[in-house]
Amino acid sequence: MTAGAADMIGGLGRRVIEGVRRLGHATLFMARLMPALGVALRRGRLIVQQLYMTGVLTFVIVVVSGAFVGMILALQGYNTLVRYDAQSSLGLLVALSLVRELGPVLTALLFAGRAGSALTAEIGLMKATEQLDGMEMMAVDPLPRVVAPRFWAGWIAVPLLAMTFSAIGIIAAYIVAVSDLGLDGGVFWSQMQSGVSVTNDIMGGLVKSVVFGFVVSWIAVFEGYDAKPTSEGVSLATTRTVVSSSLAILGLDFIMTAFMLRGL
Amino acid sequence: MQARGVEFTVGLFVMAGVLALAMLALKVGNIHALNLGGTYAVTADFNDIGSLKPKAPVTVAGVRVGRVAHITIDPVTYQAVVTLDLMKKYRFPRDSSASIETAGLLGEQYVSLSPGGSRRYLKNGGKIRITQSAIILEKIISQLLYSKAGHSSGHS
Repeated sequence: MTAGAADMIGGLGRRVIEGVRRLGHATLFMARLMPALGVALRRGRLIVQQLYMTGVLTFVIVVVSGAFVGMILALQGYNTLVRYDAQSSLGLLVALSLVRELGPVLTALLFAGRAGSALTAEIGLMKATEQLDGMEMMAVDPLPRVVAPRFWAGWIAVPLLAMTFSAIGIIAAYIVAVSDLGLDGGVFWSQMQSGVSVTNDIMGGLVKSVVFGFVVSWIAVFEGYDAKPTSEGVSLATTRTVVSSSLAILGLDFIMTAFMLRGL
Repeated sequence: MQARGVEFTVGLFVMAGVLALAMLALKVGNIHALNLGGTYAVTADFNDIGSLKPKAPVTVAGVRVGRVAHITIDPVTYQAVVTLDLMKKYRFPRDSSASIETAGLLGEQYVSLSPGGSRRYLKNGGKIRITQSAIILEKIISQLLYSKAGHSSGHS
């Protein structure tokens, strides 16, 4: 075996070991965060403040993306369905795609980019500028005071944003379908209602977005708390948040979809 | 003032999310179909249910009056036992008949009830005696083809 190949395999092994090590760190961090989560619930004001930073400020981009995704789905779906003379099912196609897949997944991806990265940078910078150490000096535990409210806010915001995304997308698709493509509005809704199940499809989408909210918030606060206290460390941690959140969202989505479609 | 502005927008944000969920449940999904305002169950035995599935609609004269609850098989007669949940506000004569029909040529299958003339009505746990099985397109086509083939060979 040549030295180059050995190096390559060694590099792969190092990466896997590093990844497992980080996963272990993240799990230990979660275990430490758990009691702090309960404490933070008693101080709702902090969570509301963070909900503004994460949820409200992400709202606009979610609404705009939802509207565009809905319109694109309508145009693209119509283009395919019309070949089979099945354009009356457009409402069903759009609603199922949005509620089950695109709403939760795209919202979580947008959230990771817009709010998750900001969470990481904020906590990482607090660490780099020794604000967290300062808190500990004053006998204030930073976990319930700083980390837990941000985690709660992220976890609450993602499902709310995902529902908004789906609803806006369906309305936008309706507008395109009726005004531009000339479909009948009544058929659009009635096909949708006969095919979308509240318990399977809508609740399934809700469950997905709750899981994504948990995972993205977890990765964001962990990467921030774990960042090297230098400017380079904070920038690396921010990048890692976006990359690992995106991969985690897509991987988990595949697993959850596989289980849900089998009728778990 | 600043803090109250934040609280207000957060309140709006949460309201928007909950409203979106309500809209999805009411307007996009069929939450009305979940609770029909009380149902009663009757069963019907079929020789062949085709591709009838649970939750398929039950109609009378094209109007939806219930849905298929579940489908099992009778261990003695080997017939399919279809349990129908019918809305409480409708009563049907005991000698009503049930047939499995298809919406359009390739559409989903549903159960169609034809009311009879009896003065006594179906109750919870009752049974529809007169049934007609699903029409399976492939069987009809193959019968048609075989009869045609038999016909032409007889002539030649």
